[in-house]
Amino acid sequence: MLVYTAKRLLLAILVSLTVSALVFSLLYLSGDPATALAGERANEADIQAIKAAYGFDQPVYVQYFKWLGGAVQGEFGQSVYFRMPVIDLIVERLPVTMMLGVSAMIFALVLAIPLGVLAAMYQNSLIDRAALLLAVVGQAMPSFWFALMLIVVFAYWVPILPASGSDSWEHFVLPTIVLGYYATPAFMRLTRTGLLDVLSSDYVRTARAKGLSPAMVLFKHALRNAIIPVVSLAAVQFGFMLTGSIIIETVFALHGAGFLAWESISRSDFPTVQAVLLLFSWFYIILTFLADLLNAWLNPRIRVA
Amino acid sequence: MSIMTPTAPTAEVILAPTPGQILRRRIFGHRGIVIGGGIFFVIVLMALFAPLIAPYDPYHQDLIARMAPPVWQDRGTWEHILGTDQVGRDYLSRLIYGARISLLIGIMAALISGIIGTVMGVAAGYFGGKVDLVVTFLITCRLSLPVILVSLAVVAIVGGSLEMVILVLGLLLWDRYAVVMRSSTQQIRSLDYVAAAQAAGCSTWYILAREILPNVMNQLIVVATLEFAHAVLLEAALSFLGLGVQPPLPSWGLMISEGRNYILFDPWLIAIPGSALFLLLLAVNLLGDGVRDVTVPENRA
Repeated sequence: MLVYTAKRLLLAILVSLTVSALVFSLLYLSGDPATALAGERANEADIQAIKAAYGFDQPVYVQYFKWLGGAVQGEFGQSVYFRMPVIDLIVERLPVTMMLGVSAMIFALVLAIPLGVLAAMYQNSLIDRAALLLAVVGQAMPSFWFALMLIVVFAYWVPILPASGSDSWEHFVLPTIVLGYYATPAFMRLTRTGLLDVLSSDYVRTARAKGLSPAMVLFKHALRNAIIPVVSLAAVQFGFMLTGSIIIETVFALHGAGFLAWESISRSDFPTVQAVLLLFSWFYIILTFLADLLNAWLNPRIRVA
Repeated sequence: MSIMTPTAPTAEVILAPTPGQILRRRIFGHRGIVIGGGIFFVIVLMALFAPLIAPYDPYHQDLIARMAPPVWQDRGTWEHILGTDQVGRDYLSRLIYGARISLLIGIMAALISGIIGTVMGVAAGYFGGKVDLVVTFLITCRLSLPVILVSLAVVAIVGGSLEMVILVLGLLLWDRYAVVMRSSTQQIRSLDYVAAAQAAGCSTWYILAREILPNVMNQLIVVATLEFAHAVLLEAALSFLGLGVQPPLPSWGLMISEGRNYILFDPWLIAIPGSALFLLLLAVNLLGDGVRDVTVPENRA
């Protein structure tokens, strides 16, 4: 287990470094970042001033290592638009995104796991078909459109929920539903197939033959094993949800890190964009690393491979 | 049924259905394929014959006739079946032309990313060793970059256009191809006929093109449908956020974005293009699931 952990950790660090280099080089896609930052109306003196202020006059690799060194210590420079340290902005906005991510994850799991279990237990029944329909519709529903339609219905036609903002828990209800529903189909399908596999296994047959009650067989024997892949999917899905939150937060004007990313992109606030992009990527890398470890701990066969 | 005297079986009786017939029977017996394929076929026809079907020029503005409601509403007329938008462009015509944009982006992005991902995945699966290590590393790096955020940032920096959206999505969506092609190739590489081809002295290119590729084609098609849908969805999201296809092009995502300011009184402005998008994605997903059920039955989920 120790060797496996060390190997995985090394890989995660290498991936983090590569990703940071990619995120950093994104700024140079435009050619000259100083000109891009200065905007269209800037003159030559402005551009030189920006070059000196942001260190663009130094060699690229020096800039990169300075930036990375700062990033590791949580220092991402100044936001061009807000005129305050990027890290303060992110610390201020991140709780909203985390709150949305966690509540959407709970919503998805509470909806998907019981449905997946029912669908597997009563295969090809009405409930199985309904669950399948819910999954197929969920996969085809563009989340931003679903969000707008929910706003039409629950904020205008039947005005019981606010359409935008992030002041109270009511503001999180619609975003949670949209983001949670987006993650539901994957969980449901995995629960269903996992449980179907386990239910046809020998030890479940033995448990049944011993005369255990169906509930006992389901909860003590089958579900425990069927749920393992769902746990690791949850880690990966949580990372995807953070990305999805960019669209959802923009639609609902929920002031989280995703909304900050979109605002900063449309204002050419590159230091903030880079910081959010890097943090989201690193967060995903940490989540998958933990999921790998969890999987290896639950399933010893992975450790040797 | 009458009692039959045992005679020599006629040709009709012996003939089992050919593989082609079995496949056809499976395809037309699969509800998902029939429904998904039907919807997809209609959308493709719409896109191909847009100039013939569309009642108006999708770019023609008529400020006097703006915000006309669709025909099923009180003030709706048959003149503009789906009404007009905020600058008086016929909504049905824009919807029909919008199918071209979605299909074009879906096909091109799925093609570009398909080529990149397949080359990487097949190489990793066939050669193994260091090649596999490098490809797996690249896949891991790619997966940890959030697609939406990266494409938004890139499009914001280099400027939004149809070609740019295709290019960015094509260069980002290869991960699933690479993952699936790698594992399928690994399975096939260890089979006897590949070893036989190697023993017979076939070149590596010949083995890859004639032994490996035809046998991973089914999985490739399934992934391609998934990535087609993924690209269509991302284009709509990017255009919705203002950083994708630029106006006045009739992209469905852009139509939703433009209708957003009128959401309170004219929700049909977003309901119509959104439904079209939903139907296209639904059709492609059903088709993909169906192809998987028919060709790769062991992966049924």
